[in-house]
Amino acid sequence: MIKEYLKMIIVLTLIAAVCGFLLSAVKTFTFERIEEQILVNVKGPALKNVLSQSTNNPINDRLEIELDGIIHTVFIGKKGDQLYAVAYESEGNGFGGAIGVMLGIDIEKSTISGIGILTHQETPGLGSRISETSFTDKFKGRAVSDNFKVKKDNGSIDAISGATNSSRGVCSAAEKGVALYSKLKVEILKKINKRSDKK
Amino acid sequence: MKKSLLQEFFKGFWEILPPFRLVLGLCPILAVTTLAENGLGMGIATTFVLFFSNILIALLKNVIPKKVRIAAFIIIIATFVVIVELVMKAYFFPISQKLGLFIPLIVVNCIILGRAEAFASKNTVLRSAADGLGVGLGFTMSLVLISSLRELLGAGSVFGIEVMWSGFEPFGFMVQAPGAFVCLGMILALINLVPKKI
Repeated sequence: MIKEYLKMIIVLTLIAAVCGFLLSAVKTFTFERIEEQILVNVKGPALKNVLSQSTNNPINDRLEIELDGIIHTVFIGKKGDQLYAVAYESEGNGFGGAIGVMLGIDIEKSTISGIGILTHQETPGLGSRISETSFTDKFKGRAVSDNFKVKKDNGSIDAISGATNSSRGVCSAAEKGVALYSKLKVEILKKINKRSDKK
Repeated sequence: MKKSLLQEFFKGFWEILPPFRLVLGLCPILAVTTLAENGLGMGIATTFVLFFSNILIALLKNVIPKKVRIAAFIIIIATFVVIVELVMKAYFFPISQKLGLFIPLIVVNCIILGRAEAFASKNTVLRSAADGLGVGLGFTMSLVLISSLRELLGAGSVFGIEVMWSGFEPFGFMVQAPGAFVCLGMILALINLVPKKI
């Protein structure tokens, strides 16, 4: 009797252990490749939109910048050789969960060059309309110091009717993003100058 | 009478053709067959899992105690499903995004556990491999058949290539959920007209 139970436990444990080991191996092997695919297929189109005037490939020219212990990936947009805008990710809470936003900022004018929605779980047909350009264009051209809140919260952004919470989510992502901007900008310029010094 | 290896392989294409003969694995048949491309991707993913889980389960059939066999099968199947998911994400990203949730759901696809329980746990490795590959390819064939039909009627194209005449008005309903039930039902009825053993 005890022998039977022991066999069950040993066999199941062994199978699970071998499977777990196999999976971790596959995961390590494919990890970088998957990150790259997400970069090209999810973030690429958003970046093209957000840094529409760039002549370089922002995915290749990305920087990792550490700020208060958090690493931010910053995508650099250049016109010719001249840095003109940066883009990085921010996050806000919508109606159905976190909304990932790509935020582009024009460095010369200190204005938003565009935002793009990367991930969201909002209601299809209602909240999902935050990813439409008619909504994201409302952020374009605003100064970074602008008040990114929906009109209901005494801000200046027109929320999508019937999707106030989703609109709030995008606004809070924008707010969080621009709050980082002044600190990030210093670090970005430092890194870029370092690079050009080396050349 | 024991079947030959070739017969074990080809029975998946007609005699026990899933989902029409076994009527198992209906979830992917209904959910992902809106475009021929999705159907093919799902079919290949399922075939891979079925083939390897059948082999492994046939290898381990004498080691696994009877009382915990289902748990052991599920662990093995789930492992292969996650491998497929990761590999698809790494090398075929656009299609893995389209199939989304349905790739992890292969774990609970009845065909796979069904073949493990009904076939692989009682037969030799070689036979189980032939069975897994045959049933998997049969399943792929059915998925491509239904999804091509739905894409043809619902969008006027097959594998993204326009095939209908220019004035063709697509039945939008065919690419939505009810279209899947109608298609499946019609093909099931047609196939049942033909006897199992020809």
